[in-house]
Amino acid sequence: MTDHDQTHDWDVHALSGAYAVDALDDLERARFEAHLAQCAECREEVDSLREAATALGTADLVAPPAAVRDQVLAGIGRIRPLPPQSAGGTRATLRRRTPLLIAVAAAVVLLLGVGVASLQPWDGDDGPQELTAAERILNAADASTVEKSFPDGSSATIVISRSEGKALIRTTDMALAPDGKAYELWLQSPAGEMVPAGLMPDEADTTYVLDGDASEATGVGITVEPDGGSPQPTSDPIALFALDS
Amino acid sequence: MDPVPGDPAGAPRTGAPAGGHGPDLGPLLQQAARGDSAAFATLYDATAARVHGLVLRVVRDPAQAEEVTQEVFLEIWRQASRYDVARGSALAWLMTITHRKAVDRVRSAEAATRRDVTYEQSNRAVEHDTTVEAAHASLEAHRVRAALTQLTDVQREAIELAYFGGYTHTEVAALLDLPVGTAKTRIRDGLIRLRDTIGVGR
Ligand SMILES: [Zn+2]
Repeated sequence: MTDHDQTHDWDVHALSGAYAVDALDDLERARFEAHLAQCAECREEVDSLREAATALGTADLVAPPAAVRDQVLAGIGRIRPLPPQSAGGTRATLRRRTPLLIAVAAAVVLLLGVGVASLQPWDGDDGPQELTAAERILNAADASTVEKSFPDGSSATIVISRSEGKALIRTTDMALAPDGKAYELWLQSPAGEMVPAGLMPDEADTTYVLDGDASEATGVGITVEPDGGSPQPTSDPIALFALDS
Repeated sequence: MDPVPGDPAGAPRTGAPAGGHGPDLGPLLQQAARGDSAAFATLYDATAARVHGLVLRVVRDPAQAEEVTQEVFLEIWRQASRYDVARGSALAWLMTITHRKAVDRVRSAEAATRRDVTYEQSNRAVEHDTTVEAAHASLEAHRVRAALTQLTDVQREAIELAYFGGYTHTEVAALLDLPVGTAKTRIRDGLIRLRDTIGVGR
């Protein structure tokens, strides 16, 4: 029983219901979404539970004021709908991601120890695999997150583990940097210095582990820099994430 | 732009809204993804009262709820091409976006005023829609209420605190005096029973 109790927190599948009603904190959500990408069973369950939640949520009808309609219809004139996700570029992204996700699954099983039978089997697993830096951060006991949403609907989340001394950034629907420019990441030192922490990959949805030691960092910044990056920020950050110490 | 293969315009789809009334939302989303603002206006008219009803219930403050409802529809416009009929109904897709936005709003306003558990009282005073859609919705509401009686008290309370209160499962556990880690199980078990009783999603 003791073993079972210890594994309780790692029973990722059991989070499907809480995920379907947005009852996870940012870190749990990041972990569960990593799991979801490789667990068809959970994807199917989440989809069906969302239908149930929708039934709950559609009973209360309250028409918004007419002004909301006017603002929405005026607003869409200024927003370009996203292209379909199945376009060529995204497939490449998915292919690149697959090894990471398989490794995440392997890591989860290793951590579970027992309960392997309840997980989806997968092909090509030849025993233990090394955790990548991203997985070590996501799975660290002291991992914490800071999330920011931007006016264009994109969002970015920083996950940091002080014990690992590393931070990563996950972006969703980020607009790509303008031609000839790149997004550069910075770790802010306790003295307030901005230390270069790498260039963000040129992808709308990405997970990127920041270069450098994040164990003392007080913040993460993103600036737009000329291609190749700069040793110091040449512009004000487009986003600044304050990190709890 | 070429139409999406295998989807002749107007063909019935499995993505019809729960309750089976009103225009078929899936094709409207597809048209909106191609920049058809008239289709989007139709989509808005068919769903605005549901979206706003849920937002208001979670966010509670009418002025903030109007902002969130507006954000939700702009997001639906932006993401319309990402709706995947294989993953469920169009209504569930847009209500998922709605719920997430509403929860993000109350959590970011955490430090502010909300945080009273009497969430049921505060939104009863709002004047409700009285259209034909409302009549359909009251049938649905009846069906959902009946289904809710099939849940244990703890399952029902946990789901309501999470879904309408915007609380995390950890907060739900604390509110209901449950051991940490069990609220998520109650939420999942309750949703599964609700799903199977209402007969959606399968
Ligand atoms: Zn799973």
